[in-house]
Amino acid sequence: MASPESAVNGPTMTAGAASKSLRNAFGGVIAFIILVLIGVLAFSIRLFSVIKYESVIHEFDPYFNYRVTQFLSKNGIYDFWNWFDDRTWYPLGRVIGGTVYPGLTLTAGTIWKVVNSLNIPLSVETVCVFTAPIFSAFASWAAYLLTKEVKGPGAGLTAAALLAMVPSYISRSVAGSYDNEAVAIFALVFTFYLYIKTLNTGSLFYATLNALAYFYMVCSWGGYTFIINLIPMHVLLCIVTGRYSSRLYIAYAPLVVLGTLLASLVPVVGFNAVLTSEHFASFLFLILVDRQCHLSSSYYLLVQVFIIIHVVALAYYIKGILSPKMFKVAVTLVVSVGLAVCCAVIAILIAVVASSPTKGWSGRSLTLLDPTYASKYIPIIASVSEHQPPTWPSYFMDINVLAFLVPAGIIACFMPLTDSSSFVILYIVTSVYFSGVMVRLMLVLAPAACILSGIALSEAFNVLTRSIKFQLPGIAGNPSIAEENGSSTVVAPNDIPKTEEAAKEKPAKKNRKKEKENVEKKPTPSKTEKRLLVLPLEASVIAVLLLVLLGAFYVVHCVWAAAEAYSAPSIVLTSHSNDGGLHVFDDFREAYSWLSHNTDVDDKVASWWDYGYQTTAMANRTVLVDNNTWNNTHIATVGTAMSSPEKQAWEIFHSLDVKYVLVVFGGVVGYPSDDINKFLWMVRIGGGVFPHIKEPDYLVSFSNLRMLTSQTYLFACLYPKRDGQYRIDAQATPTMLNCLMYKLSYFRFVETDGKGFDRVRRTEIGKKHFKLTHFEEVFTTHHWMVRIYKLKPQRNRIRGKTKKSKSSRSVSSKRDVRGKRNPWH
Amino acid sequence: MAVGIGFRRRLDFLLLVIAILSAPVLSDLILSKVERQIDLTSQIARISSTIKAENDGSSSVSEILLAIPELQAKNLAYLTARVIEGKGKARTSGLALTVEPANPKGMPPALSFYSIVLPKPLANGDSVTLDVLAAFTHSLRPFPEKITQADIHLVLFQDTGHYLSPYPVKVQSLAVKLPQARIESYTKLDNTKTLGSEIKYGPYENLPPFSYSPIAIHFEANQAFAVARELVREIEISHWGNVQVTEHYDIVHGGAMSKGEFSRLDYQSKPQIRGASAFKHLVAKLPPRAHSIYYRDAIGNISTSHVRGDSKKTEILIEPRYPLFGGWRTAFTIGYGLPLHDFVFESEGKRFLNISFGSPMHDIVTDSITLKVVLPEGSKYFSVSTPFAVQQEEEIKMSHLDIFGRPVVVLKKANVVPEHNQFFQVYYKFNALAMLMEPFMLITGIFFLFVTCIVYVHVDLSISKSSASYLAKLQWDEVRATVQQIQNIINQCLSTHEKLEASLRDLSRTGDVQACKAARKAADGLLKELSKELKPLIAFLQSTPPAAHILPKVEELVAKERELQERLMAKHSTIVDSYEKKLGGKETENRVASVQQKIVALRQDIEDLMEYIDEI
Repeated sequence: MASPESAVNGPTMTAGAASKSLRNAFGGVIAFIILVLIGVLAFSIRLFSVIKYESVIHEFDPYFNYRVTQFLSKNGIYDFWNWFDDRTWYPLGRVIGGTVYPGLTLTAGTIWKVVNSLNIPLSVETVCVFTAPIFSAFASWAAYLLTKEVKGPGAGLTAAALLAMVPSYISRSVAGSYDNEAVAIFALVFTFYLYIKTLNTGSLFYATLNALAYFYMVCSWGGYTFIINLIPMHVLLCIVTGRYSSRLYIAYAPLVVLGTLLASLVPVVGFNAVLTSEHFASFLFLILVDRQCHLSSSYYLLVQVFIIIHVVALAYYIKGILSPKMFKVAVTLVVSVGLAVCCAVIAILIAVVASSPTKGWSGRSLTLLDPTYASKYIPIIASVSEHQPPTWPSYFMDINVLAFLVPAGIIACFMPLTDSSSFVILYIVTSVYFSGVMVRLMLVLAPAACILSGIALSEAFNVLTRSIKFQLPGIAGNPSIAEENGSSTVVAPNDIPKTEEAAKEKPAKKNRKKEKENVEKKPTPSKTEKRLLVLPLEASVIAVLLLVLLGAFYVVHCVWAAAEAYSAPSIVLTSHSNDGGLHVFDDFREAYSWLSHNTDVDDKVASWWDYGYQTTAMANRTVLVDNNTWNNTHIATVGTAMSSPEKQAWEIFHSLDVKYVLVVFGGVVGYPSDDINKFLWMVRIGGGVFPHIKEPDYLVSFSNLRMLTSQTYLFACLYPKRDGQYRIDAQATPTMLNCLMYKLSYFRFVETDGKGFDRVRRTEIGKKHFKLTHFEEVFTTHHWMVRIYKLKPQRNRIRGKTKKSKSSRSVSSKRDVRGKRNPWH
Repeated sequence: MAVGIGFRRRLDFLLLVIAILSAPVLSDLILSKVERQIDLTSQIARISSTIKAENDGSSSVSEILLAIPELQAKNLAYLTARVIEGKGKARTSGLALTVEPANPKGMPPALSFYSIVLPKPLANGDSVTLDVLAAFTHSLRPFPEKITQADIHLVLFQDTGHYLSPYPVKVQSLAVKLPQARIESYTKLDNTKTLGSEIKYGPYENLPPFSYSPIAIHFEANQAFAVARELVREIEISHWGNVQVTEHYDIVHGGAMSKGEFSRLDYQSKPQIRGASAFKHLVAKLPPRAHSIYYRDAIGNISTSHVRGDSKKTEILIEPRYPLFGGWRTAFTIGYGLPLHDFVFESEGKRFLNISFGSPMHDIVTDSITLKVVLPEGSKYFSVSTPFAVQQEEEIKMSHLDIFGRPVVVLKKANVVPEHNQFFQVYYKFNALAMLMEPFMLITGIFFLFVTCIVYVHVDLSISKSSASYLAKLQWDEVRATVQQIQNIINQCLSTHEKLEASLRDLSRTGDVQACKAARKAADGLLKELSKELKPLIAFLQSTPPAAHILPKVEELVAKERELQERLMAKHSTIVDSYEKKLGGKETENRVASVQQKIVALRQDIEDLMEYIDEI
């Protein structure tokens, strides 16, 4: 077919179909290579933590996941489902199999198994460390697919590149950050992609895949409720705006049926999800669940929209078979009957919800609606920093320039508004709201921001480069070849049409600028119109440069964030000395290692709940409370013990079989997130359950404060509305200076420098010389960051002492008090 | 308690002495001179004795017996004997002699015997000088058994002041070397003197066989009592050029148990006093050119280590995560790679690994060592030669992409001291081609992956070949092929148009009207031919139902193209005309202007249509 002339005249030939399909094929290959590179980028930008520190599991929750994965790889899947963990929440224990989202664990376990069955000896730890980077590569590919469905491959590639390095996501998925979010973001974006794909194609195949992807998401993260609310909302939006189609039905109905069935297979969700009354909150807005209230889900909206879509489908069907007149009659009939039924249903629902004790609102759901709710009423939720509302700088830190590009992306989505672009708009709007409630949910915002910014950037480049392209030859003085593509040298077109088609079928056509649906609806006119919308050449060149600059700034910021801000594993701290040397603070592992080798296997270690997961995973010792804060009373007991005087604390700990008490103390090296700074939460949570712990006892009131000249302490200025401040200096209350936490932290501290100057609180401590009567120091780490004390054994009773009568009286009187105070007696 | 123990010991020895006295004289050997030196500067008690033996009897003697009390014998880790030749400065020690446990009859039960087989039997009146070195582990008993952080670490060592031997000894002396000058107490026999940190006993003369006088020395010992309760050394040979050594240690401080509290404050402010009994670091001496050294434990890297290297050795100083006080434990792993050519050699068609046996740590006692030599996959006929007796097993290890697994030689030994760091050999046969197996496997795997992809793309996997949708798909494929062809033709048309334009440009440059006309003719002919080709394709599209929705566009495209042709021809002829009439450029332009506009618009349309059809 190829004529020799065309080959000869190649350079001046008008771009034709043959060259175009070839260009598409090249575009496909280039897009593929770009995607691979994006995957590599997403993976490698997360390796800063391994390079700068080491290949190690990070922070707190990842240690639990790691421990579960170890258990899974050692004992197999059935033992994992039935695992009752007796090494935590002593003496209650925890049913791990039924209370954990198994997606991450099963994923890493499967990877480990596959790799080992190929005789590649990777340790479980290595697999766990690198799971998150691998899945962030997947997530950026999923973002490509999703954006491609919405606005074409160009936008898709841009969005994928943006998502590959968005700091918000990096913060949760650096190598070693082995947490649910790492795989869940991939699952989230991929589920959305499949939903959009189904919506665009109306294929039942994709609908089924969508249900499976949703199932994976349910397995992975409590954030699945986001999906199960967003999709019904979108369906509702489509119906309301008159965009109902059979494709919408296929996209939604199978997802509801299959997805719900599959979701109920996950023990942690189960059928409870359908039955509990927590749905009501989600009817208004959805919830991100985490460790504690894993049952909250939002089947209500789901089911309601399910009904609505059927009604609408029926209506459309009837409309098809009836004459318009008959249809009007039918509509009035149906509407009146429907209204009556709806009223009845709503009445029943209200009755059900009103009869349930919590009125259908869980604490965490309320946090979403009223951000101040938790800090007022649920200290255990408020005590976690990631549950606090974010500040403006944190938006800039986490999504950077995307924050400015998102509005442009929203505008681009409105021209034209399609089913898929309306979904993206809905996604960004809801996620922006939720990110404003909790810092954690910034993570859900990140993909949406990337997708919209990708669309915005791609559209902007599209307009600008088109303007440039249109005008450049104009300057050359030959408008007739304005459309000529300088690079379109034409090789003889392929003689086999089939391969050409195959090339055309390739998903990515990078150079394709028009979007499919757009063309379908209004083919040529809009195009010629667009051709006319041309910006001045200088302006567009400058704009392109500025956009490139913006992109460069984003890249620089992301790399900085990945390298400096988010790659610290938090169990190892480093500081740079003045001469440029690196000093490593490895105290946590020192302490855990000591516990693991030098205490008995069955010894119980008490510490504040933050260190629970790490203690069980690294030291392999039984703990009272851990980061799965499911039992508030138990945590309050530990809080009470920590804020009680030594003797009472000893009694509480002794009654719980505790042998060692671990406290984290930063006063020597200036490590700010130590137990003294967390102490207000111990008091608050303890006092919330055991009323004899009264917060005012620990506070120095403002009236006293005013008399002070130097004010260099303030470690609890987070809550200025409280009447007073926690302080540990000379003005501190006696209750504070005598509580266990103070004593264990500052035991013999004064001897380090002679004054007892606390480098975190920047003050001298109040009570300097004291002795411990019920505890003895057994280990303190190199920088004093972790101190471990042992409970002294009970004193032998000495018979026939002269003070017998006196002591027995005092003991009995104390016991009365204790009976009330100690919940374990 | 000390008295109690001492008493019991005494009682034991009393019995022993009684037993000894009743024992028969073994042979006619006389030890003419015995010099013993007990080195207690480390946690290992090393007793080196220089023994000069004379045969006093008539028959020749081929072996000499050594007697060791059973209490000590169970701590005996290492025993070796060498013949010394020459005297004074010319002394040279010969090869190590065979030392094996013996069980001579009629000997007292509380003694263990080892016999040294002499290189040549000792005839009457001949004499031989032997150097016997024995190393005992766990023979420095901490006393008191539990100390606090501030206490001094004291140990007790017990032995005999007179050389215990089944033979009469003429002259003997004993020197005990201690780590520090501080000696709590020691047994005083006659002729005892101290010299700094050394205690000297003797000389004693003419003592009968089995003479025994217990001595006990109680002294301060602050050296590292590092005991590896278990050590697993894995040596993996890769013929790609590396010998990888991985050592898993389970270390305990074998000294007096620490009791009471541990105060970091005291330890940091006065480490010499309040932490004297603890050890902070260990030193390992690795072979030269060791590389990729790591030091970690179950929960990650341990950052406190330093490596110094020179051409003779690589020295690594490792600090455990915390200082070890008495009874404290820790566990860690060190690993390093060694160049293959330093340790694996070839002889007589066999390869052999030649590497040292024990732990590279300085002065460490290993209670139990498991040494695994992982040979490359495909090695055969392996055998081990060790300088001392070890327990030997075999197993298979599956590692990187193995199919059959790698043969592993497992050597086990209890009670190992640094003296055991001798070279041992593992011989095996290995075909160098076998190391290409894994890369080959990978290549094959990837190749088959690609082949599968190709096959998948080319094979029609539909289950039903007659179903409506399948047929529709086939038809649709055909339609697409046709559309593709049409597009090709249109493209050719467009290129022909381009040629026409080019000829016009040529015209304006050269003024060659004839050439321009010829070009038009050629183009005309070509275009006609193309439109002829186009006809059956359009007809096919019209006849196929699935093409219905694309047909209008295609038809529009063809129509537009035809119009464009006409316009172009018109333009061409006009320009040629006006050129022939020698009209001015401006006039020509005016005449062409309207046509030109149409042409541009049409071209735009055609391109848009093509793009649209492309997307379908």
